[in-house]
Amino acid sequence: MKQTFQSGAGLRAAVLIALAGGLILPIGAGLWQTGRAAFGVFPAIGATAFTLEPWAMLLDLPGLDAALQLSLFTGLTATGLSLALAVAVCATLHQRLPRGAAARLLSPFLAVPHAAMAIGLAFVLAPSGWIARALALPFGWDRPPDLATVNDPWGIALIVGLMVKEVPFLLLVILSAQSQIPTRLHMAAARSLGYGRRLAWLKIILPQVWPLIRLPVLVVLAYSVSVVDMAMILGPSTPPTLAVVLTRLFSDPDLARILPGSAGGLVQLVLAGVAMGLLIAAERLIRVGGQLWIRRGGRGTALDPLLGVASIAALILSVTGVLAMLSIAVWSLAWRWTWPMLLPESWSVKAWATPRTGWADAMGNTLAIAICATGLCLTLAIAWLESEDRARMERARWAEGIIYLPLLIPQVSFLFGMNVLFYRLGLSGRFSAVVWAQSLFVFPYVMIALSDPWRARDKRLDRSAASLGAGPWRLLFRVKLPVLLAPILTAAAIGIAVSVAQYLPTLFMGAGRIATLTTEAVTLSSSSDRRVVGVYATLQAALPFLGYVLAFLLPALLHHNRRDLLGEIRT
Amino acid sequence: MTLKLTATLAALILATPAHADADAWQETLAAARGQTVYWNAWGGDQRTNAFIDWVGSETERRFDVKVRQVKLSNTAEAVTRVLSERAAGRDSDGTVDLVWLNGPNFLAMQEQGLLHGPFVADLPNAAYLDLSPTSPNSVDFTVPVEGFESPWRLARFVFNYDTARVDTPPSDMLGFRDWAAAHPGRFTHPDPSDFMGATFLKQALIELTPDPDLLQAPVTEQAFANATAPFWDWYDALRPNLWRGGTVFPENESVQQQLLNDGEIDMAMSFDPASTAAAINEGLLPETVRVFVPEGGSIGNVSFVAIPYNAANAEGAEVVANFLLDPATQAHMQNIEVLGSFSVLDPARLDQTARDAFDALPTAPALPSLADLGPTLLEPHASWMTRLTEAWARRYTR
Repeated sequence: MKQTFQSGAGLRAAVLIALAGGLILPIGAGLWQTGRAAFGVFPAIGATAFTLEPWAMLLDLPGLDAALQLSLFTGLTATGLSLALAVAVCATLHQRLPRGAAARLLSPFLAVPHAAMAIGLAFVLAPSGWIARALALPFGWDRPPDLATVNDPWGIALIVGLMVKEVPFLLLVILSAQSQIPTRLHMAAARSLGYGRRLAWLKIILPQVWPLIRLPVLVVLAYSVSVVDMAMILGPSTPPTLAVVLTRLFSDPDLARILPGSAGGLVQLVLAGVAMGLLIAAERLIRVGGQLWIRRGGRGTALDPLLGVASIAALILSVTGVLAMLSIAVWSLAWRWTWPMLLPESWSVKAWATPRTGWADAMGNTLAIAICATGLCLTLAIAWLESEDRARMERARWAEGIIYLPLLIPQVSFLFGMNVLFYRLGLSGRFSAVVWAQSLFVFPYVMIALSDPWRARDKRLDRSAASLGAGPWRLLFRVKLPVLLAPILTAAAIGIAVSVAQYLPTLFMGAGRIATLTTEAVTLSSSSDRRVVGVYATLQAALPFLGYVLAFLLPALLHHNRRDLLGEIRT
Repeated sequence: MTLKLTATLAALILATPAHADADAWQETLAAARGQTVYWNAWGGDQRTNAFIDWVGSETERRFDVKVRQVKLSNTAEAVTRVLSERAAGRDSDGTVDLVWLNGPNFLAMQEQGLLHGPFVADLPNAAYLDLSPTSPNSVDFTVPVEGFESPWRLARFVFNYDTARVDTPPSDMLGFRDWAAAHPGRFTHPDPSDFMGATFLKQALIELTPDPDLLQAPVTEQAFANATAPFWDWYDALRPNLWRGGTVFPENESVQQQLLNDGEIDMAMSFDPASTAAAINEGLLPETVRVFVPEGGSIGNVSFVAIPYNAANAEGAEVVANFLLDPATQAHMQNIEVLGSFSVLDPARLDQTARDAFDALPTAPALPSLADLGPTLLEPHASWMTRLTEAWARRYTR
């Protein structure tokens, strides 16, 4: 027993040191740099005196109020609606949608990086896009309507874009949380008391699921409030959201604008905090109201039509997402394609065949970085979870906070500063630097995906193995890891998807020299050649998708005769 | 014909001009051998990317200098990168070797002392350039380049329009106001935070301002107020009739070109007279699109390359800059099937073979001749562009 505790402590110390040095230090240093620059200290451009000037410059920016409101509005609305739709779909479909099947259905949506989805959606939704072209013939439009269906001033297109990505993510998070609790038993009990199927889920299962999904929801919120790539493609431009304003300041030819940009980085940090505060306040309110609602014991079906509408909305959303992905693939095979043609006038594989588009190199880099970052993060995550097991410790709240830190702090707030640190270490432009920087964002997702299944696994197996004489390492490699194969592979697939989608970290730490599918796609999306963009976006989506397919196939093949190891819901 | 052209090019390549500092250049060539030049260049144009790729394969073959393009979505990224390196004390062995620069970015780097040089006069092929102080090769947005930037391609501001939808395009900037009033929602310009959007505003400012000479000096508050008054009247009348009511603007010229292909607008603009013909050729625009220029002429300038002060492969970068000025390279670049950009070389300094190579270049229906383009208007001082786009943002951002 003593030995186990000691090795647990050692492992734990190693994990903590790795996290402190690899995760907290660079973020802290990045924030420190941003903070200094926000108050006028940035020696590289000769600014050395403490001053409030950057704040005055920031406040003086035209449209700053509107940008702030827009960020908060789009972020909160996208997160709120995504959550509502995901809950409604779960309440309606949870029994007909086993987690494995759901994951297979949803993984294409999860796999497509935000930038690729945005590029596709922009074409589907635009006044000259697929939907409008389908309407042009029956309505006899010879010109596209002059309507802002993308880049609209309210950010509706941006909200739709975020929802297409976030609803499937939240759906999967809820389904996986649901598998941690005895859903079938509770549902059976509730149904026998006369509750409808949907209502029973809302009243009995959702309150148990919520604590398990709170952090992922906060992550979605922080992301939605500070997203850059999607906001650039789908969001309004005069003014854009705050994160886009800041990205523009950081890349302004007038170098002095880095200072107000840094001040804005701090504002973005506060903005994300405010949004999370509002969500937590809403949670408190709903908890009070919800308890009253549940205690009243109504069996009524008044909510059913509403849930039905929400499910239909989710269906429309997913059809739009499928069209977006399809449009990317069609564009990659088009040659000439002008308004109002529904399909290209001429086709060509030139965008795929010309070596000058260089997608092979970018794909190799993307794959290598994704595998390294995911392998590193998965090892670290398993070491962390195992050290908790051995030390018989519950996870401390501060430790939880550290894991999710990189996802809760907006990227624009610390990446510029972190870049300076990497230069100092002579790491910038190296493969390892990119892997490191991406790992900051991959690790939390891997942890999110792995923590709950790990802790919810059947611990009787551990005890049985231990009583048969298995030591901690044998227990880990012969029992825990094989039993957890499905969630581990799912975590790896998520890690790869996150890695493939990273833009800012790859660009900054790679010094622009390490081209990935995403850096190339985002750069090319500022060009008019949708066909080449289509190639990169298609590959960008295909690579993580392949990861998901493997994550489903491998356990099915290896554990085909072990029903309880397929990651299905236990009762 | 292609064979003849190839033979001419081969002859040109062999005929490197003798130079007083031949020894110094030999040393540069020797130092450059085996280097890989990281050329930071806007990556939004596939034809330019392919041309840079071609340059790399040629310099590798001849001088053992590889070129790797770092594709930027905004040139300022490279400026920021060099700046971050200096912030980190990395004063040598920097990651940027060569940058495709324009006015404000050049001004920013020059003011911060981030450039290597002067080096242009040391390039053997600089002999083909007109480097007199008033030549477009010697000033970048009225700022003297003083040998810190080497020219490589000529840029002219042009409009294009779809002849299937538009009968007669506007003949001057006032004409755009009237055309937009008659066809609301069918015209726009790129966002002024983008180079092309700013150029559209500058083109209008030059035409509408009472005293264009004022624009050649750095901007002052008084000069700005006087010079821009008629411009704002014009723009206030134009804006409500722009695409989406002038509340949203395409990010850059390429996105605007896509809008033209999508039929959302009827006119677009470019800083490259050959881009329309090229885009038609590439299937990116309808075959009915043609180029036009305002009657009084349009803004023109020269695109430059520069070398950061801490470039790890400065010698290789000089070799590439010199290769870009080779008459054979320039003729290849001016070929509409390659890039179509007009050469920066002085025809008077070329020999007969080189001139023949230029004369033998193919043509296309949508490609204007130099004569079609009319007079070249000078770029205002870079400070005007900054001030103008700032004022625009202040007036029209909600």
